[in-house]
Amino acid sequence: MNLRALTRHSGRRPLKDQALEGRQFSTRALTAFLLILAAIFLLSLRYVYLQIVSFDEFTARSINNQVRIVPVAPNRGLIYDRRGRPVAENLPAHRLELVPEKVDDLQATIAALGRIVELPEDVIEKFEENRKRYNVFDSVPLKFNLSEEEVARFAVDRHRFTGVEVVSYLARYYPYGDLLTHVLGYVGRLDVDDLNRVDQGNYRGTTHIGKSGIERFYEDRLHGISGVEKIETNSQGRILTTLERGNPVHGDDLILSLDVQVQQAAWDALADRPGAVVAIDPNDGSVLAMVSKPAYDPNLFVHGISSKDYRDILNAPGRPLFNRTLLGGYEPGSTLKPFVGLAGLESGLITAESTVFSTGQYFLPGVSRPYRDWKKGGHGTVNILGALEQSVNTYFYQLAYDMGIDRMHDYLSLFGFGAPTDLDLLGEGSGVLPSRGWKRAYYAEPWYPGETIIAGIGQGFNVVTPIQLANALVVLANGGTRFEPRLLYAAKHAGNEQAEKVRAPVARQVPVVDPANWDLVRTGMWRVVHGPRGTARSIKPEAGYEIAGKSGTAQVAAQALDEDMDESTATHLRHHALFIAYAPYDSPSIVVAVVVEHGGGGSREAAPVARAVIDAWLSQGPDQ
Amino acid sequence: MRRIIPGWVKWPRLDFALLSGLLLLMSFGMIVLYSASGESLDVVYRQATRLGVGLLALLVFSQVPPHIFRIWTPWLYALGIVLLLATWAVGVGRGADRWLDLGLFRFQPSEIMKLAVPMMMAWYLHPRHLPPEPIAILVSCLILAAPAVLIARQPDLGTALLVAVSGGFTLFLAGLQWRVILGMAALAAAAAPALWVVMHEYQRNRVRTFLDPESDPLGSGWNIIQSKIAVGSGGLTGKGWLNGTQSRLEFIPERHTDFILAVLSEELGLLGVLVLFALYIFIVGRGLYIASLARNTYARLLAGSLSLTFFVYVLVNAGMVSGLLPVVGVPLPLVSYGGTSMVTLLAGFGILMSIYGHRNFIR
Repeated sequence: MNLRALTRHSGRRPLKDQALEGRQFSTRALTAFLLILAAIFLLSLRYVYLQIVSFDEFTARSINNQVRIVPVAPNRGLIYDRRGRPVAENLPAHRLELVPEKVDDLQATIAALGRIVELPEDVIEKFEENRKRYNVFDSVPLKFNLSEEEVARFAVDRHRFTGVEVVSYLARYYPYGDLLTHVLGYVGRLDVDDLNRVDQGNYRGTTHIGKSGIERFYEDRLHGISGVEKIETNSQGRILTTLERGNPVHGDDLILSLDVQVQQAAWDALADRPGAVVAIDPNDGSVLAMVSKPAYDPNLFVHGISSKDYRDILNAPGRPLFNRTLLGGYEPGSTLKPFVGLAGLESGLITAESTVFSTGQYFLPGVSRPYRDWKKGGHGTVNILGALEQSVNTYFYQLAYDMGIDRMHDYLSLFGFGAPTDLDLLGEGSGVLPSRGWKRAYYAEPWYPGETIIAGIGQGFNVVTPIQLANALVVLANGGTRFEPRLLYAAKHAGNEQAEKVRAPVARQVPVVDPANWDLVRTGMWRVVHGPRGTARSIKPEAGYEIAGKSGTAQVAAQALDEDMDESTATHLRHHALFIAYAPYDSPSIVVAVVVEHGGGGSREAAPVARAVIDAWLSQGPDQ
Repeated sequence: MRRIIPGWVKWPRLDFALLSGLLLLMSFGMIVLYSASGESLDVVYRQATRLGVGLLALLVFSQVPPHIFRIWTPWLYALGIVLLLATWAVGVGRGADRWLDLGLFRFQPSEIMKLAVPMMMAWYLHPRHLPPEPIAILVSCLILAAPAVLIARQPDLGTALLVAVSGGFTLFLAGLQWRVILGMAALAAAAAPALWVVMHEYQRNRVRTFLDPESDPLGSGWNIIQSKIAVGSGGLTGKGWLNGTQSRLEFIPERHTDFILAVLSEELGLLGVLVLFALYIFIVGRGLYIASLARNTYARLLAGSLSLTFFVYVLVNAGMVSGLLPVVGVPLPLVSYGGTSMVTLLAGFGILMSIYGHRNFIR
């Protein structure tokens, strides 16, 4: 197009023709108006598409936007001791939660929150791990157990944190702290492993779960049934109103057979020595006390233990996390003698009149090395009563030799040695009750006669746990009934008036050949405390009731099987002191097993602990 | 068509049809605003005050004969350019330096340009032969390009486009040849990639979000998605006034300003939307009719361009709310809360009224 030509041409043009221009304009204006109508028509079609065609879809999305179904966690059942003292409670607390979907910049938000509330690295890690099991629109707990100041500080700055909220909840609290840790265990933050063993639907709103102890074993009963809430929220996720509510059913309240006062007595009696005490009522198999020392404060675990606290517990002397009552494997030592003696009597190998002459040394035929008595020069001639009262090894060497290891194994297994007691806690050890078959299976070695001899005094391969030892004595004390011990005494279901009593199941009824044999062994044990030469006569009660008991000494390691077995040469570092007892002698209501690690002599160190526990139990009136 | 009636009887020189349309629209808007603001009477009062100021401007402008506007046009345009340059130096405002603080109040110089650009182009084309010749087209393009570039730099792409469009409409109404229009459209399409390069990152994000809002439903896609949910869930008759959940629960962003149409759609449904569209069509149609009544080029082009530009607001805003167009800060004219734009728009209608009132003057 020739620009200059056109410009020149225009210069030659006459005046504007307004009428022509007006017509031209009107055409253009009309064109424009028609285009506008077309545009509005298309736009209207868009609105028809959104509002009529897609109406259902957008209505659903609009409802989804505002209404949210939120799970409501049930309140966890409370736990009491047998006299109604609360041992696990729920206390009001505050936690910080956030909805990842509503938070623009999670990192920045967490950093900003860190200036208001304390947010250590492991709390943030836990949060990151945890949020995987939530939907993006769910509220995910960030920090538990906020302090009053933290709650107040957040309230001031709350407007800065869209999608972040302080939520009140009930936090588990263990008023007795480390005293009951090894029984109750503790609850902790729910993690992926926990979820695999529970009904996930019922745990949608739950943040804590029983990690160990009673809390873990009775998780099903304690947890309760989750409820749901239909709530209306605004775009920030703030709850405006609750539209519907399906109430949760709170967990069962549990009453334990444990008596805090007896537990405390055992705790105090152990003082700062590592050890274990188990007390059981021989009439019903209910556990009265269960102490493992040292212990730790379970409350530290409830809100997510800091790595420093956890390190401190791990590195503390005496392994506080280790539950000695269930997992501690000890040589029973002389505490096994009453059971071996009963085995001899019931099998007819010995009678009340059978005697053995103790010279202080016992020789196996053809073996020059002696098996010793603890008393230099020996005890002279003793029958079963004297053998028990003075703990005469020679008597039991001879008995074991006559009996043989397999018969001893078969009889002692009736009392539950070598197998878990199946009480209501997880992770129990089984101990070792040796036999030829056992040794073949574990060591692929034949059985040697010398091993039978020391098995007769509870040494060598024998390993018992404190709960096992106590439970075996229950059988002896009640005349033949072995229970699966129970810590749970009664449970109260939500809505029920009365608590339902729980009975310890009978594991085995031990056959009684002659009750006189049993009385004989019990008398022997009575003489341990009340006889003139009893090894534990120092704990004899002045008046009121009588105790039957038996002391024992356990070697820490099995390296000295054939030598150095006599108690007088025991070194403090190598020997654990054991004592088992029941009382009152004529109608037993408590059986106690005590282990004091590195305590030395069983009578001197462990027996007073048993006495303290028995006193604590018998000094109380009947329960409830 | 000269009437034998004394001049003062025609005072005030107002087009009552157009005025009724405007008042109806504004009343409708205030009812929606009351709901959109979360039933805040305070907001409604402030909007009413602003409309009052706008109507005053309308009244004043309607009494000024068009030739006076024409005489002052170059000065107004020059003032606008100077002020735009001033924002470059001393502008205030969050992120975008669009505002000038004049002590008493702050205002956006770009608003002046919404009127000044079509005025200037009409002024330039007024004495020339139409359809415009190449040199006239070139000069017109410069007239609209200068302020558009200055405003786009602020950065305020929405207003820049509106200003450019108002100039474009002037050219169109001046009878710009179709082949030139198509050529320019082709050129614009070719230039789009270049535009992408010079755009700010946030502007690019807006376009990206527009193309695929679900890619970031909680971030930049949130506005579009929530707005569409509001519109769609309104259905034919809506959820009822004050009953829009998307709006009440604050899911709609900018619900009483740029996205007020989403509130209207949700609460009053498709019927409410169509009534609103009908009001706008009536106003724009009436404006074009007034333009065609005018007796000289300046008045015709100005009246036509102002009417069409007004419609562009509606088109862009309604397109944005329904997810047809990217999110640009263009309010729903005379309904959205706030902005100097309301006063500018009503002042523009004042000019239309003046053109209508003085249609029988031949000057």
